[in-house]
Amino acid sequence: MGRRDALIVQHIPRLRRYARALLHDVDRAEDLVQETLARALDRFHFWRRGSDLRAWLFTLMHNQFVNDCRRDGRRPVTWSLDDGPDPAADADAASEAGLRDIGAALMRLPVEQRAVLLLVSLEGLSYKETARVLGIRPGTVMSRLHRARERLRDWLDEARDDPVQRLRSVK
Amino acid sequence: MKHPDDRPIDERDLHAYVDGELDARRRLQVEAWLAGHPRDAARVADYRRIRERLHRRYDPVLTESPPEAAAVPCRDAGTLARVAAVAGLMLVSGLFGWSLRGAPGVPVQADLVRPAAFAHRVYSTDPRRPVEIPGGDRQSLNRWVSQRMHTELRAPDLSGQGLRLIGGRLLPSTDRMAAQFMYETADGRRVTVYVRRITAGRAGSEFHYREQDGLHVFYWMDAEMGYAVIGSEPAARLIGIAGAVRRAFERRG
Repeated sequence: MGRRDALIVQHIPRLRRYARALLHDVDRAEDLVQETLARALDRFHFWRRGSDLRAWLFTLMHNQFVNDCRRDGRRPVTWSLDDGPDPAADADAASEAGLRDIGAALMRLPVEQRAVLLLVSLEGLSYKETARVLGIRPGTVMSRLHRARERLRDWLDEARDDPVQRLRSVK
Repeated sequence: MKHPDDRPIDERDLHAYVDGELDARRRLQVEAWLAGHPRDAARVADYRRIRERLHRRYDPVLTESPPEAAAVPCRDAGTLARVAAVAGLMLVSGLFGWSLRGAPGVPVQADLVRPAAFAHRVYSTDPRRPVEIPGGDRQSLNRWVSQRMHTELRAPDLSGQGLRLIGGRLLPSTDRMAAQFMYETADGRRVTVYVRRITAGRAGSEFHYREQDGLHVFYWMDAEMGYAVIGSEPAARLIGIAGAVRRAFERRG
């Protein structure tokens, strides 16, 4: 295995984790990962040695995601639009798992809030890195992060009020 | 002069505190603030809980174990080189085996992949009679195989891939006949192409990959036929060969 491949390979699990949480759809997430890898191989010479490869790969993934949205017309053309819940999300699974599935709760966030929350809270990117990956200002990272977290707090509250969970805590 | 960080604590600080974005001085200020403001402390606790829930939900993806078969999106021949490169990456990362669109069912494994790999092992190592009909007489080979398979089949020309046709044979494969075409690389390694009718076929299915008994097998279904390309070549090279085989059969059909 070449040096290039060795460098990229170690980031694949995290790209997959992020894609899965972002899309809530196993097939589309895997497609996105593979398309991102293809792009990374094509453009590896653009990567500046010494800079953060992981952030670069997430940037490629984000751009690929936006392109896919445009191509398929499945998603809003502009990334910054509030697109609300993802129609592709499995409605049955969401209602069955009720409010307890954070995956379903995530899908009720506008996609750009979801991306910020996941890059920061799941992938552990700094605000600066997140801003660079998504091509937005750091101030925007902060405001989206705030909105996303406040909405998920509501979800946590609802989950706390959930009779099943209450029952559990009574036991 | 007042330090710029001595401004009152606001919600931005709470996020930055949770995310480890504050310097030591500001962090202490936030901690002092939280001690006296239970509502904000609860909020910080919730933010942390969200992070924990996200990790609990999605960390398993990091180590997800791959099922047997994989599908590589292959929209056109031009993307094949990229697909091969990605396949190489996924293989070394152990993730390639992970299914995209649902692995084909057991019948395909039993009817196509396993017999194809077995036939490869049996005949590609046979020093005396690796094929029934030598590739020198392509016309006879094609005619004979097509007759017995009840469909027009031509041994793909893989000279563009650096492969020389040795010949072919027919073999029984569970309840059907199968055809095997055998090729040789310049340094004498064998690659076989295995074709048989598959009832569970899906038109234009993706490339699937499977490792079988130490051999790489790329296979796909098209209409009623199942195709497999088998060899011990590196997977990234073999998928290139598989792409050429697929194009050859598609041109014919």
